[in-house]
Amino acid sequence: MATTAHRTARTREDDRTDGRSDEDVLASAYETAFDAAVAADERIEPRDWMPDAYRSTLVRQIAQHAHSEIIGMQPEANWITRAPSLRRKAILMAKVQDEAGHGLYLYSAAETLGTSREELLDKLHSGRQKYSSIFNYPTLTWADVGAIGWLVDGAAITNQVPLCRCSYGPYARAMVRICKEESFHQRQGYELLLTLSRGTPEQHAMAQDAVDRWWWPSLMMFGPPDDESQHSAQSMAWKIKRHSNDELRQRFVDICVPQAESLGLTLPDPELRWNEERGHYDFGPIDWSEFKQVLKGNGPCNEQRMSRRRRAHEEGAWVREAAAAYATKHNGAETTSAGETSAGDTAAGRTGTAHTGETGVRRA
Amino acid sequence: MTDTDWPLWEVFVRSRRGLSHTHAGSLHAPDAELALRNARDLYTRRGEGVSLWVVPSAAITASSPDEKDPFFEPAADKPYRHPTFYEIPEGVRHL
Repeated sequence: MATTAHRTARTREDDRTDGRSDEDVLASAYETAFDAAVAADERIEPRDWMPDAYRSTLVRQIAQHAHSEIIGMQPEANWITRAPSLRRKAILMAKVQDEAGHGLYLYSAAETLGTSREELLDKLHSGRQKYSSIFNYPTLTWADVGAIGWLVDGAAITNQVPLCRCSYGPYARAMVRICKEESFHQRQGYELLLTLSRGTPEQHAMAQDAVDRWWWPSLMMFGPPDDESQHSAQSMAWKIKRHSNDELRQRFVDICVPQAESLGLTLPDPELRWNEERGHYDFGPIDWSEFKQVLKGNGPCNEQRMSRRRRAHEEGAWVREAAAAYATKHNGAETTSAGETSAGDTAAGRTGTAHTGETGVRRA
Repeated sequence: MTDTDWPLWEVFVRSRRGLSHTHAGSLHAPDAELALRNARDLYTRRGEGVSLWVVPSAAITASSPDEKDPFFEPAADKPYRHPTFYEIPEGVRHL
């Protein structure tokens, strides 16, 4: 267990006869403690020792996840001004605001691993970190808002529920909050599609067209097949991932088929049928060449999503500068009062003091 | 300033009266007032709280995970601090 290993780590060098340095002994004891904690299904917390590759895998995955939430605001925000009713408009605004919130939870979780918000945004803007390729597809009609809620958020939920038990504490905690909120996203999408499906023939056709376009990209959201997924095995061993890509994809298909029937819509796969023997739905082959093209940057909207993201960041610079200038000007002028309710503003002048969160170590 | 992150704040939420504030997460903000407003938007969109604290992350002093054994050890060898340590004859009630 962690406790024993940590104690062993502090055995003095003088007491040993094997010639190993203190550093070597410490490193291996820490690794034993980490492995034991993962094996025992304990959570790894920010200040615990962890393998470098575990840390970098998490940064990559959480960053990509955060970026997806932020970029994911764009395709839906596209329809806010044209929502067909005030009710739908209010719902859509609340949903897009949630996506921003999810991005912020996740950026905070990534920062506990020693990266910074600035570095994360910089890597997004320069294309060194990715976001989910699903957001490179356009939202052509109002029905796409429904299809995104039902299928894209549905696939995300299937992926994310097991992440609530991820071995890294801050990521798991962020996922718990996100999953609670995603349920609203999925249900509003389903209701939207149901309304269209039961509407005029034109509305029904619009709903069907949206489902036809979003179905296959949604299945690709689970990532490449297990035998081609480069990070899967290690992530499962570290309990970052709990199920394989293909397992989650199958789970999603099984959930969606009856839901589509209730919607009165079909899924665009002629090979989709119940397999009694497997107890699952069989489905047709996925066009992975399309997935790779979109991932490479050749999807319909890659260019637009990135340029809009960069522009929003640049055009917001004056707000960030003004807020910082205001904080600097007023810091020190106020006296900090004592008591339970006073949080003080002592950090205002510490702009630039890097701190990684979850009371973690300061960055160099 | 554009190239530097705003300071980090830890957010504590009291979910309802009678309960203590619980750590909810963190966020960046230039000052305390904006930290509080951002915390409201980020952590209480669905009525999760009736009161909020924001604390500069840099102001928190934490125990080190490396020291957790010796640091918390004094608690482990004092079983007499727990009521179950004591033997009470059968039949004695309300004790």
